[in-house]
Amino acid sequence: MNKTAYDKVKIARGNDRPTGLDFIRGIFTDFLELHGDRRYSDDAAIVAGVAFLNSLPVTVIAIEKGRSAKERTLRSFGSPNPEGYRKALRLMKQAEKFKRPIICFVDTSGAYCGIEAEAHGQGQAIAENLMTMMTLNVPIISILIGEGGSGGALALAVADRVYMLENAVYSVISPEGCANILWKDPSKAAQAAACLKLTAQDALYYGIIEDILSETNLGESTFYQRIKEKLLHELDVLNMDPKLLDNRYKRFRKFGMQNDPKEKDPAEKDTIQGSVE
Amino acid sequence: MPLLSFTHRPQNELEKEGRMAAPIQEDAGEPEKTCPNCRKPIPLSRLWANHNTCPCGYHFRMTARQRIHFITDKDSFFELFCGIKAADPLNFPGYTQKMETVCAASGEVEAVVCGIAAIGGYDCCIFVMESYFMMGSMGTAVGEKITSLFEFAQQNRLPVIGYTVSGGARMQEGILSLMQMAKTSGAVKRHSDAGLLYIPVLTDPTTGGVTASFAMEGDIILAEPRATIGFAGARIVEQTTRKPLPRGFQTAEFLLEHGFVDAIVPRHTQKSVLTKLLKMHHPMRGTA
Ligand SMILES: [Zn+2]
Repeated sequence: MNKTAYDKVKIARGNDRPTGLDFIRGIFTDFLELHGDRRYSDDAAIVAGVAFLNSLPVTVIAIEKGRSAKERTLRSFGSPNPEGYRKALRLMKQAEKFKRPIICFVDTSGAYCGIEAEAHGQGQAIAENLMTMMTLNVPIISILIGEGGSGGALALAVADRVYMLENAVYSVISPEGCANILWKDPSKAAQAAACLKLTAQDALYYGIIEDILSETNLGESTFYQRIKEKLLHELDVLNMDPKLLDNRYKRFRKFGMQNDPKEKDPAEKDTIQGSVE
Repeated sequence: MPLLSFTHRPQNELEKEGRMAAPIQEDAGEPEKTCPNCRKPIPLSRLWANHNTCPCGYHFRMTARQRIHFITDKDSFFELFCGIKAADPLNFPGYTQKMETVCAASGEVEAVVCGIAAIGGYDCCIFVMESYFMMGSMGTAVGEKITSLFEFAQQNRLPVIGYTVSGGARMQEGILSLMQMAKTSGAVKRHSDAGLLYIPVLTDPTTGGVTASFAMEGDIILAEPRATIGFAGARIVEQTTRKPLPRGFQTAEFLLEHGFVDAIVPRHTQKSVLTKLLKMHHPMRGTA
């Protein structure tokens, strides 16, 4: 049976899905978490550090929602504060200094909405990431593993390659928020989800992502092995690219009106493509 | 070069005649607006002559064209990229009809007006967002116009002045709207890396995806008094935190206090402040 857009939203939000830290443990070795933004504090909603991808040193940044109720509260349910984005930026600049590629795992309903978050410049923190990532001179790959909620997700997804898991979603607003604005009725979230074109299949159709990653054997070692091989292969390609930054700019520059999306129906694209088997 | 006399240049037709405000119309039939701050009625002609500010200091919203008229030198504005309009890439329910209504009501085709102009004799690129067009929301057309303007400014080595007003990303263009945040940020970065000046002026309200992109990426960030500036909507913050919001939360003054804007500039001094800043960053500075 075909899943609706809102089915996928619910799957993407599921408590039993692998979280950022599961991906880090499954794909990399010798991960060492590095804490703090060197300005104010350490945001537990973003886990970041250095690790090996096979023999290649990389910088890994992941939004972590947490598992237990206690951990989820500690990590603000994966909604980063400005300090989290600033920590990510600090470590991305460090990656550039040491010529390490950057791998990001995105899973957030959105940047945290709070009094302190606003007082500490949530908008400014996201803006600075968007701007800086555009010219960071190392390959960046971002994978949306669950929810890709608006600017808070994009702040870790200005990348050379962006992938989504089969049931991940990527949206400018939550379906509930959209339904509330459109119909003053948050219970119409399912209709709103369909309107927003937020599935991985839609994102591929509109050229927002390069590929969809199959969730076959989700969370098992073969699943992580597949992603690892894909990362290694793409990093090989990106490391050889003399026009890395020009291509990154063009990647985002093209999202607008002058280009029509690929002449294909999204329904036809509902098959998983290009996963490294 | 008009460098020597810039401080004494009349800033509009009214000042040329030596007065800051239009005379009060005795004609009782003139339409009035009531100031939400001091509750006094103001005749529209008087409001207009005072850059849409009340004598009490309250700043009313302005249309993009009004702003261009008051901030740029007379007849210096030349519009660019005016043919760029939003399509309906998602076939979003009701979007096409809504756009038709909004276009007819506002007289604009999109939520930003871009162009080149002179301010106090200094050439610059300028964009002014339009609050009367879907609350200045950023879809693909707004992103495309602003990106194109920064690219144009970079090619022609011009500074950019940008008046922001926005409710955020435009929901009806979905994920493509979100991508405009990255796209515009990329163009701002390239313009900046070329050593060129960008001054955003944040006006009421500047929120959401615009705050989290080009509004906060300026070299010098100015704001209008009392303007609402923030990322998340105040109501959402209140719902999420279940705490009362502090007084003046998300105002320009709040951002100044927390270090996120450089200066709050009332509307009647904006032109002279921008002129000075353009002069200080002009490539011929110090030679006049
Ligand atoms: Zn007043």
